[in-house]
Amino acid sequence: MPTKIEKDAYTGIDTTGHEWDGITELNRPLPRWWLYVLYATIIWSFGYYVAYPSIPGITGHTPGVLGWTMREQIRDDLAAARADQAQFRSAIEERSLAEIRQDPDLLNFALAGGRAAFADNCAPCHGTAALGGKGYPSLADDDWLWGGTLESIHITLLHGIRYAQNEETRQNEMPRFGVDELLTSDQIDDVVEHVLSYTGRSEDAAAAARGAEIYTEQCASCHGEQGEGNMELGAPSLRDEVWLYGGERAEITESVAYSRAGVMPAWSHRLDASTIKMLTVYVHSLGGGQ
Amino acid sequence: MSEAVATQPYNEEVVRQFTIATVFWGVIGFLVGVVIALQLAFPVLNLGLEWTTFGRLRPVHTSAVIFAFGGNALFATSLYVVQRTCRATLWGGPATASFLFWGYQAFIVLAASGYVLGVTQSKEYAEPEWYVDLWLTIVWVVYLFVFVGTIMRRKEPHIYVANWFYLAYIITIAMLHLVNNMALPVSFFGTKSYILWSGVQDALTQWWYGHNAVGFFLTAGFLGMMYYFVPKQAERPVYSYRLSIVHFWSLIFLYIWAGPHHLHYTALPDWAQTLGMTFSVMLWMPSWGGMINGIMTLSGAWDKLRTDPILRMLVASIAFYGMSTFEGPMMSIKPVNALSHYTDWTIGHVHSGALGWVAFISFGAVYYLVPKLWKRERLYSIRMVSYHFWISTIGIVLYITAMWVGGITQGLMWRAYDELGFLQYSFAETVEAMHPYYVIRALGGVLFLLGSFVMVYNLIRTARGDLRDEAPYVSPTAAQAAPAE
Repeated sequence: MPTKIEKDAYTGIDTTGHEWDGITELNRPLPRWWLYVLYATIIWSFGYYVAYPSIPGITGHTPGVLGWTMREQIRDDLAAARADQAQFRSAIEERSLAEIRQDPDLLNFALAGGRAAFADNCAPCHGTAALGGKGYPSLADDDWLWGGTLESIHITLLHGIRYAQNEETRQNEMPRFGVDELLTSDQIDDVVEHVLSYTGRSEDAAAAARGAEIYTEQCASCHGEQGEGNMELGAPSLRDEVWLYGGERAEITESVAYSRAGVMPAWSHRLDASTIKMLTVYVHSLGGGQ
Repeated sequence: MSEAVATQPYNEEVVRQFTIATVFWGVIGFLVGVVIALQLAFPVLNLGLEWTTFGRLRPVHTSAVIFAFGGNALFATSLYVVQRTCRATLWGGPATASFLFWGYQAFIVLAASGYVLGVTQSKEYAEPEWYVDLWLTIVWVVYLFVFVGTIMRRKEPHIYVANWFYLAYIITIAMLHLVNNMALPVSFFGTKSYILWSGVQDALTQWWYGHNAVGFFLTAGFLGMMYYFVPKQAERPVYSYRLSIVHFWSLIFLYIWAGPHHLHYTALPDWAQTLGMTFSVMLWMPSWGGMINGIMTLSGAWDKLRTDPILRMLVASIAFYGMSTFEGPMMSIKPVNALSHYTDWTIGHVHSGALGWVAFISFGAVYYLVPKLWKRERLYSIRMVSYHFWISTIGIVLYITAMWVGGITQGLMWRAYDELGFLQYSFAETVEAMHPYYVIRALGGVLFLLGSFVMVYNLIRTARGDLRDEAPYVSPTAAQAAPAE
């Protein structure tokens, strides 16, 4: 029931004859190109339905004439990726770490694979350049807690450190000398004074001398008579400039009083054997491998 | 009864309230957006407090811009347009309208305060917990009654196309909201609930909701806005009535199926992914029907783009709409999605729609409405609209280009392998590579926010009845006829 169809002066097209708050509409046909592109997308869609899994029914869906499924594609892609690396991967699994290091092709592959695995698994704690940070040791220097030989690094990677879910995990436990009242706070101050003396920073010779006695009694069995450390036990050297939890007086005092016990996961629970071997070779190559 | 209605003036009080709320929440939403953009570039800005972390502020941003800014803009314009185009005052009277306004603001405050305190059901764009969902349901059903009631008492023989779109948005949002938020509260006085759906069914329901929040809230609702304010501001008839019918029904029919494209290459069965992709591609022309009808309505009024920055803002918004509704179907195609999915390209896509289309069409509508609602001769300053337009447009361009380049870089880095078959980049390296783009994006957001400050100043002065002493824009032809100085 159009009431007042008018011809628009500018376009020469009739209005529909309706008006709402002064707004009118032109009775213009659909743009042809618009309609044809709409039809084209519909035809393309139906072509896609024929080719690929699409129309659902009661018990299943049309599989499509190409027989493609997402799961088969991912299975094929992964199999192809594995096949490309299979030769190197199996060689790495079979050969010893030393043999891998001596074979240039295997070494090249192991370093590339180790770098990729390190970046996604290790870098979050040890840093992208493996320089570590407070509580996370640098892997790029020649100071090692549990040993820097290929074999030691491999064991650390396989079983982790203080990782409760792994029975062979590297384990040690420094006593909490303050919290558990094994030493008085004066005694702790003295032993810290003695530890500082290893790096020439003692300010109180008398206290350091008192501390030396406590050190021999309480600390030397792990950290060594002269603070040289013991990699068998994972006890760090106290004589160098490398301090996992900081080497300032307050930080050392905190370590003695509260103890420290960082955890590293056992990567054998998550990564395959060849990847852990590649990581071993990669970490060993970072600068401090023994 | 009907004669009494005819003598009632339009309810403009509630439109004024919703317009103020639109601008208020808009500025809040843009501000939080700038904060979280800066947090991504400079993580220290998380401040180490649980309430100010990105994870809690991000839903504050998305809900503030979509539901608070966009929602209030839709309330303001739909309630204005339905009265004008039906020549009828609002059904339910001023008290019901007032309930709508305060009820909706209460929803916003309840939702946002919950996010900051960590109360969330962890469904994107549907984060509010059950008690907020129930409250919104009440408000929304009243909205539906008010809108339909007003249409039923119309004095016009036909329902104008803007109202079709508004009605489609109101009905569909009700349906989406109810289905996606089906949940069982753990206790009567606790905030926690569990969603009824689980696994891939939950994922599909969530993206059926999420994509149609885009389709029916941010597209259909704002197309309703466009169909009123563009012909009004251009003072031209709508380009094609027939196109408006066909693109309306095809848009409504196709949009509702497109959600599965958010779940490509997931546990969602292949056939559902296929249907989601093809319905998204078929949606391209129905979406563009709105762009054609919006932009081509300017036929015979193109010269106004030089002299009317409000119209320029409306037309730019339609251009951004056209761009996003091409980009969307393209990104839904599986091989493209394999690159773009989970990258910041998606964020760029959303923002070319949100900043370019939704915000600009709302700004245009607000610039049109405020002088009318406050009974002023014109805006305080037309030139300041132009400043707003350019500052914000530069902001949008910085934002979306940074996200295009950054997102595609990110996608390519994720899939890069070296010659031995190992991943070329770690995830941390791809995050590091995004830093410059995150900074540029934040800068774009700052410009967009600054533009909105210009708008707020202009609107406040307009409401106060001030007129800025400024040279009016004159078309070049008129200027040549009477050279100045």
